[in-house]
Amino acid sequence: MLGYAVRRLLGAIPTLFLIITFAFFLMRVAPGGPFDRERTLEAKVLENLNRVFHLDKPVWEQYFYYLGNLARGDLGPSFIYRDFSVQQLLGNGLPVSIQLGGLALLVALLIGCLLGTVAALRQNSWVDYSVIAVATFGITVPNFVVAPLLSLIFGVWFSLLPAGGWNSPESLVLPVITLALPQVAIIARLIRGSTIEALRSDHVRTARAYGLPTRMIVVVHALRAACLPVISYLGPAAAALLTGSVVVETIFGLPGIGRYFVQGALNRDYTLVMGTVIIIAVFVVIFNLIVDLLYAALDPRVRYD
Amino acid sequence: MKQQNQEPIFDFRDVRVTFDTPDGTVEAVRGVDMHINAGETVAVVGESGSGKSQIMMASMGLLAANGSVSGSVTYRGQELIGLARSKLNKIRGAKITMIFQEPMTSLDPLYTVERQICEPIRVHGGLSASAARKRALELLKLVHIPDPERRMKSYPHEMSGGQRQRVMIAMALANDPDLLIADEPTTALDVTIQAEILGLLAELQKKLGMAILFITHDLGIVEAFADRVYVMQKGRVVETGETADIFQRAQKDYTKMLLAAEPEGHKPPVGDDQPILLDARDVCVTFSIKGGLLSGPGYEIKAVQNVGLTLRAGQTIGIVGESGSGKSTLGRALLQLLPSEGRVVYQGTSIQGFDRAAMRPFRRNLQMVFQDPYGSLSPRMTVGEIITEGLLVHEPGLSGRERDKRAIEALKEVGLDPSMRNRFPHEFSGGQRQRIAIARAVILKPTVIVLDEPTSALDRSVQKQIITLLRRIQKSHNLSFIFISHDLAVVKALSDYAIVMRSGKVVEEGPTGEVFDNPQSDYTKDLMEAAFNLREVLSRQAAARV
Repeated sequence: MLGYAVRRLLGAIPTLFLIITFAFFLMRVAPGGPFDRERTLEAKVLENLNRVFHLDKPVWEQYFYYLGNLARGDLGPSFIYRDFSVQQLLGNGLPVSIQLGGLALLVALLIGCLLGTVAALRQNSWVDYSVIAVATFGITVPNFVVAPLLSLIFGVWFSLLPAGGWNSPESLVLPVITLALPQVAIIARLIRGSTIEALRSDHVRTARAYGLPTRMIVVVHALRAACLPVISYLGPAAAALLTGSVVVETIFGLPGIGRYFVQGALNRDYTLVMGTVIIIAVFVVIFNLIVDLLYAALDPRVRYD
Repeated sequence: MKQQNQEPIFDFRDVRVTFDTPDGTVEAVRGVDMHINAGETVAVVGESGSGKSQIMMASMGLLAANGSVSGSVTYRGQELIGLARSKLNKIRGAKITMIFQEPMTSLDPLYTVERQICEPIRVHGGLSASAARKRALELLKLVHIPDPERRMKSYPHEMSGGQRQRVMIAMALANDPDLLIADEPTTALDVTIQAEILGLLAELQKKLGMAILFITHDLGIVEAFADRVYVMQKGRVVETGETADIFQRAQKDYTKMLLAAEPEGHKPPVGDDQPILLDARDVCVTFSIKGGLLSGPGYEIKAVQNVGLTLRAGQTIGIVGESGSGKSTLGRALLQLLPSEGRVVYQGTSIQGFDRAAMRPFRRNLQMVFQDPYGSLSPRMTVGEIITEGLLVHEPGLSGRERDKRAIEALKEVGLDPSMRNRFPHEFSGGQRQRIAIARAVILKPTVIVLDEPTSALDRSVQKQIITLLRRIQKSHNLSFIFISHDLAVVKALSDYAIVMRSGKVVEEGPTGEVFDNPQSDYTKDLMEAAFNLREVLSRQAAARV
């Protein structure tokens, strides 16, 4: 198991390398640069700035310079937030984003599993149909619609919760709901389908034939099997939460890394965007590894060695 | 096994089972009366769709959600139909237990054997965890699982089909039941394993005295195993009586038909003067499981090792063997459908190692028919399209009208109504689909057809019709068959030369009559006994235990 984990992490290095390379050159292909403003800078100033940040060198040289720094663990200075390094910015933003994403994932799992199971056990009843309706709504309505709507209703009209900003724990409620909603929907549908399938399986029939109490059949024999597809989905879910947080953090004005990502991209803050990309990629890789290990722990037919 | 005790413990009165389907209500069981006495062995026999399983499911409250049951089922005077689940749960799994056909899926893949045997023990017996564990171990010993201590910790996927069925039996015996309902418990197993499981059931019945209700389509098992028989057809009991009476003096046509459905006849060997069509020497197939950075070291599985055969015009070579013997792999290797080593010569041309393009001109001569008549026909093509598809490749010059004419001829030849050629495969029964698959091969006018278990998914009576059909088309086209099957009766009836395989190697071969009537190797002897002389095998097993 440990050997497998180490091999997987080593196997992720080429993946990360490709992501970094691709992101680096893609950024440079986009027109404009970090110091292009509405008011053009003096030629001399621009030249100095470019020299300080090595932007006067050919792109491939900048690329290797960046890789060299990266290998030493240096993400470089931010081009826009002059007094901060990328490490400092991400270090400030990451705790916010992790709280937001982690809570959203937790909420999505709890509510999604609950709704999905109830729907499966009451298949084709009004409970089932309502869960499916809510789930379809959650999947189809994009978060940039949900976010302002929630903010308007609970923040402005009823003044129950902060409409935005990062001041108190309550500030997290609306962003977490926005971020979790589509995941609740997807997980509920997954769990519903897999639970129905599990309840029809031969081994559940065996459990019934042996007179086991219904609660035991559902919890022990059906739900564990039904969880497996959700575990597999956690990898993509984590990626979706990270990218979803980019929009949500921007709309609610949370100082997480997602906001830096958007601002960085708009400002052509090359190093900041690269840093965010790397963080997100590492998260996705690690999460997928955790998912695979978790799957093996739950399903004895899967073994890594 | 005869029991004189005449006290009925399980009693069915006018039981009806219906299913609500999108196409309307389907009656699966139409008024069945049946009873089982204490300690008795009763067989319910019938073909697929006779309702023999559904009646048991209904009595145990295991019907699918769209099913409903009426009538009366009593266990020792207590009505089971409509009984509250909590009360039913006191009976099922304790007093009446079941084992099922699918030993692969009937156990929960996520839990150990120990956990699954202990669950009903603890639920019904109220035993502590350690006492239940002790009991589970006893039970595993009782069903003769080798190394039971270690097996307690095993997961179902780590065991063979026979062992899983033993685990199911152990579960069934845990609470000392009055009645064991066995729903086709050996159908998915090889014949030698089947004989072992049946022997085990007979032994346990003698030891523990429970009644056994055995649901099966296999009359060989009924004859060897049951005291009394109910014959079911289309949801009704058509005949019932003592086993010996039914087998000697069946009254009803349906029962007679079932009894006569064992494949019969022999194929005379072809002369040495017949031209050799296919000549294979030292065929080996090795599957390499690749190693890599992420998956550890690789290894190899030798699926077929140094097998050779010579197929002459008009000949049928039967390849028999149990699951995992490599017989299907050999069939595919001969047709170059998977990479192999050795030498395969078709009519003077070595086709060994030919790739797809090089094989194409030979494909029309070397056809194949597969086991699964459901999976091997494309569900989105009409039957006409399916059977003429090969003509598009091999006779591209043919006009649409001409192809249609050929389709009509081919369908007539396999005994199907040509007007059905615009229908889709799902509208046909299993036997009809197998006819379609045969038409698809025959339309190309091949010289050799490899038939991979073509009759295994079919009821005996349908099987017999397919055998007759294969005989007829072989005669009229002077075809050569390579007939792969685990079903010895079918191979005996159809082939003139037999090859017995085990673990990828040939154990024995020769003219069918010699191999079947006078087998030389111990393995072949065991196989023949288990297939043709089950009663003898069971009574010998019983004698050995006394």
